[in-house]
Amino acid sequence: MKSAKTTLSLKKAILGVTAIVGLAFSAQAQAEELRLLTWGGYAPDAVVEQFKAETGIDVKVTKSNNEEMIAKLRATGGGGFDLAQPSQDRIAGAQAENRIYKPMDLSKIDSSLFISSMLDATKTNTTYEGEVYGVPHIWGTSGLVLDTKKAGDVKDYADLCNEAHAGKVSYRLKRPTLIGFAFSMGMDPFEAYGDTAKYQEIMDKVEAKLISCKANVKTYWEGGDALLNLVRSGEVVAAMAWDTGGWKLNGDNPDVTFVAPASGALGWIDTFALPRKTENEEAAYKWINFVMRPEIAAQITAEAGNFTASKGADAFAEDKLKAQFQASFPEQDLNNIKWYPTVPAGLETIEGKVLDRVKAASSN
Amino acid sequence: MSSVSTLSGTAEQERKVPVIKLGTFLLMLPLLLWLFLLIILPHVDLLMVSLREKLGYREYAFSFQNYIEFFTEPLYWNTFVRTAVMSIIATVITLVVGFPISYYIAKVLKGKKRSLLFMMCLIPFWVSELVRTFGWMILLRESGVISSFLQWAGVVDGPVEMLYNDASLMVGLVYTSMLFMVVPLVSVLDTLDDSLIEAGYDLGGNTFNILREIVIPHAMPGIASGCIVVFMLTLGNYLTPTLLGGKDGLWFTEQIYNQFITRFNWESGSAFGFLLLILSSAIVFVGLKLSRQTLADTVK
Repeated sequence: MKSAKTTLSLKKAILGVTAIVGLAFSAQAQAEELRLLTWGGYAPDAVVEQFKAETGIDVKVTKSNNEEMIAKLRATGGGGFDLAQPSQDRIAGAQAENRIYKPMDLSKIDSSLFISSMLDATKTNTTYEGEVYGVPHIWGTSGLVLDTKKAGDVKDYADLCNEAHAGKVSYRLKRPTLIGFAFSMGMDPFEAYGDTAKYQEIMDKVEAKLISCKANVKTYWEGGDALLNLVRSGEVVAAMAWDTGGWKLNGDNPDVTFVAPASGALGWIDTFALPRKTENEEAAYKWINFVMRPEIAAQITAEAGNFTASKGADAFAEDKLKAQFQASFPEQDLNNIKWYPTVPAGLETIEGKVLDRVKAASSN
Repeated sequence: MSSVSTLSGTAEQERKVPVIKLGTFLLMLPLLLWLFLLIILPHVDLLMVSLREKLGYREYAFSFQNYIEFFTEPLYWNTFVRTAVMSIIATVITLVVGFPISYYIAKVLKGKKRSLLFMMCLIPFWVSELVRTFGWMILLRESGVISSFLQWAGVVDGPVEMLYNDASLMVGLVYTSMLFMVVPLVSVLDTLDDSLIEAGYDLGGNTFNILREIVIPHAMPGIASGCIVVFMLTLGNYLTPTLLGGKDGLWFTEQIYNQFITRFNWESGSAFGFLLLILSSAIVFVGLKLSRQTLADTVK
């Protein structure tokens, strides 16, 4: 008798709890939303509001970077987000390894909005087993951010190791640094992508260089804002960084700007890709077609500082940014940009070990 | 005869075994769920992941390779030793700095002043660790407050860099964990009867004797629990070493983060996570043995 009663009350309690949980979920599901996994500045508040006014869809923005995007999607098997924005070279490998993306339905994308050469290149690079997984959104480069008065002699990444600038240079301890140093040392790591042994050889040389260069480095920067602070305060006069960082600083101090290194700036394209368990694919396509409109793309360019793959957005871009771009990229430097090819599996392990050993090496 | 006694024995046992009531069970449920779902289950998963080796795309085999790699690659081993040694030093410094403060709060001050000082220890912890660490960065950096002040006062000629070295890292670690040492120490010193100290003086003891013979033995459980908490927090800290440590400041948690996030190598990341758990537990165990404390004492 007693036990029957307790079972009953337990049942009631469970029912109650279920009802509450159910209510909470249904309240959440009422407004249509798009969960966007992206980079800082790629989805400005103003654009999100315009999109909501036009379509009624709420965009929930999560800011991240390439590595975290893959890690997050991998942890959930491609769930938790409706649209992601990884770089084009990091899609095919991640797809082969973890199956975290869903092929794009290109018929739902208005290809007339895109710069066609960039769209084609991205499609080729993000193709895996015959399916296309990405379309381009924003592109940019990494190169050198210099105080031209104090460090005008720095022409390439390897010059960051000049003793004249000891304690006044900074770079990230990430794969672009390894690639950039390899190019500036006269090697071509992209050519060795398919040949693990050769790649290892290149990375060993880069490792030796970075370890000998360590005494020169003030600190390895982590976030973009940390680097901007270091340069703004004059503590760092030369750094390896993104073009936008240099142009932002150029606005405050005309001496500081972005310079394409002699061996070529490294070009990246961030894309749109659908996570495998996307719950709102329609909204994702709507968002893509919305932000690729020239006038919207120009707003994003103004916020992020980088140009988009949207055709005709240049006409809306600020003159100042255009002038900065032209100053940093004369014709021959623009043609010399090294675009990242798709990263084959296994290279990241080699690079990781190199980065670990550089970080652990003593700086003297 | 024997069978009868066994029977009555079991009957007695049955009466003695506490019947877990539904209410108790429901009260325990959040804790049990928390322990099981958030602690035990992920650790089992972590263990399984750490015991496999990647052969190719989505192809795995059982192996101890990830653990072997930790012990054969001096890099990882050195990082771990460095992290453990630095954490022990940080714990000792925190104790040395925290003990007088706690003693002052618990035994010397009375009333309002006492709560005021206690609050002052507490208030910095109302802001997040990130903000506190940035605070230190503003103070210590080359163009920062202390450097500017020294130049203004004419002590140094040019800007001095005090950030990005082991000393600044230590300052940050001690500062972040101070509260976790002070709170248990204050509460344990609170229970020490003043008359014991007075009796010590009456019997001709000096300050050092009394500290050694009366105060410290009494405070030992608090010292042990404070040290365990501070050591574990420091060992598992990620933010402070990354921001203040600079180019040479490799920390083991950073190594784990790198394995998981930038390397996509969950297998060795899990193995490192497990090794961190085992080795830190071992260090705490040795510490308890050396100080002749038991874990049960420290949570009293």
